[in-house]
Amino acid sequence: MANGKDGGKTYWLERPGSADKIWWVLIILCVLLTLADFVYEKHPHYAVEKLVGFYSVAGIVFSIVAVLVALGLRRFLMRKEDYYDDD
Amino acid sequence: MTIEHLSPGLILIVGAVLVPVLRGHLRSAYMLLLPVLCGWQMLNLEMGEFGTFTAFDYSLVMLRVDKLSLVFGYIFTIAAFLSVFYALHIRDTVQQVAGLSYAGAAICAVFAGDMVSLFVFWELTALTSVFLIWAARSERAYRTGMRYLVIQITSGVLLLSGAILIVGETGSITFSQIGIDSLGGKLILLSFGIKAAFPLLHNWLQDAYPEATVTGTVFLSAFTTKLAIYALARGYPGTEMLIWIGATMAVFPIFYAVIENDLRRVLAYCLNNQLGFMVVGVGIGTDLALNGAVSHAFAGILYKGLLFMTMGAVLYRAGTANGSDLGGLYKSMPWTTTFCIVGAASISGMPLLGGFVTKSMILTAAAEEGHWIAWTVLVFASAGVIYHSAIKVPYLAFFAQDSGKRVQEAPLNMLIAMGITAFLCVAIGVYPDPLYAILPYAVNYVPYTTAHVITMLQLLAFATLGFALLQRYGFYPQELRGINLDTDWIYRRLVPRTVAAFMRSLVQARDELRRWRSSLATYLLARVFHYHGPRGILARTWAISGAALWVMLLLGGYLLVYYL
Repeated sequence: MANGKDGGKTYWLERPGSADKIWWVLIILCVLLTLADFVYEKHPHYAVEKLVGFYSVAGIVFSIVAVLVALGLRRFLMRKEDYYDDD
Repeated sequence: MTIEHLSPGLILIVGAVLVPVLRGHLRSAYMLLLPVLCGWQMLNLEMGEFGTFTAFDYSLVMLRVDKLSLVFGYIFTIAAFLSVFYALHIRDTVQQVAGLSYAGAAICAVFAGDMVSLFVFWELTALTSVFLIWAARSERAYRTGMRYLVIQITSGVLLLSGAILIVGETGSITFSQIGIDSLGGKLILLSFGIKAAFPLLHNWLQDAYPEATVTGTVFLSAFTTKLAIYALARGYPGTEMLIWIGATMAVFPIFYAVIENDLRRVLAYCLNNQLGFMVVGVGIGTDLALNGAVSHAFAGILYKGLLFMTMGAVLYRAGTANGSDLGGLYKSMPWTTTFCIVGAASISGMPLLGGFVTKSMILTAAAEEGHWIAWTVLVFASAGVIYHSAIKVPYLAFFAQDSGKRVQEAPLNMLIAMGITAFLCVAIGVYPDPLYAILPYAVNYVPYTTAHVITMLQLLAFATLGFALLQRYGFYPQELRGINLDTDWIYRRLVPRTVAAFMRSLVQARDELRRWRSSLATYLLARVFHYHGPRGILARTWAISGAALWVMLLLGGYLLVYYL
């Protein structure tokens, strides 16, 4: 942001391409962590834990489900900020 | 009762009285000294029951020292010290006295050995803490404080009623395992449930905490709810119902946290979700599960306090904690940003940080005892917390779209308090043995196995990926200004509106009755006037012949009646 607010300094995060770099690093990290499932010995309590990438799938599915359900709920629950002000 | 058997919390309560007398740096130093003295007193306690005295036929125990009360005593003292440090820059005597005596009351409560003393300090935490909300000094804060106080006092009244019933049955006021078989036990569970923010009883928390002062919220986040977790662990370990209650608690606040705009309120929902993990631990009730619940409360006080501190600093400097108005603050508040990330990583269970070594205990205990539904729910909740608290809060406040706000870094005392808390979060994660050593049961638990670390990292990385995916492709929910209805709608809207409507109809009925009464009176008067008025039939001057006819008819009538 060249608005002079930060004394002409451009932060790394704001340079073009930085967001892409973070994105790809994250994807590589995810792939490596899932592949790691082949390397170590598991001590599962449940059969599903034996599946390769169980926690990977759980992580991404559960977090997206949480957001989508919440978005659905917002239609019913959200009111204006001054909703209670006339009480 | 000798000095070495003084309840450590009393040092804070009595010490708080002197605060208004002192000025400037002396007052600051004195306020920091009090928690240190309290901690010193606690370290020198022997195990056992002290400070007993008999009132009527019952013996009150002011000081019961065992491993369960000690571990909560330690963390409450640490939290008191950190919160005081965080609040050193303020010059508000009300908050300073309230904060110290609130912490003292909570500490006295965990050392109380009988239900009467517990009740006294239970209510004292309510009475002292409400001033931290009122200290915001606005009409809004006043109303919120009143709602908070009514609910907290109700919790105390339920505790007392339950205690009286139990004393009537057993003749003993000792506070130990209670169970839910008797009516008294159920009432006390309800009382604890209010303070622990059970589902449907929870909303005082999200209502009140974000309305307190910047520093008040940091105090509040540490004591009340964790005191309830202590009380549950003491009174209801292994109560199966708590597994279900806890699992529900761990899940539903997630959805609210995702759509909430006020970041301090997001943290309040998230606090509720963390309490769910602890309640599940108490419900499972094995040694491992209880250790998990207690240690998670210990770590939770630190990382939750840290997160509230960072959002407090943001509110203090930027004037708002609304996600929709913030962004890009990492440029002007780099230290606060760093500490917030440490707190966020800790709550999401990142290895080498506090949350990892404690939460995994509860999950392992749930799996070992075969509670697979609870276990699944907790895995879901673990993924959810990563998203809604660990990513959303730092992202919206410090990164996201640059809001153009350029503010000062937080005051030095805030930074130091945050720094110490962040250090403790890391210390527990890296070297959990000292924490494990003070837990109530012998620990035979190894947090750092390859499987634990890898699976947790997978969960973390993929939850982050889920967030990045939504963000990158534009599905990420935009922060909207607004509030979300929760159970407080019932007592802020439904009940007042219903009562108001009822009162209105009562007034209408009264007016209707009045109208009816007055028209009846008018009608009666008109009739009387009609017959007896100047032109009324009974007021006329009658002709003699007419009158004689009437008299004859009357006499005839008498005669007839006589013969009949």
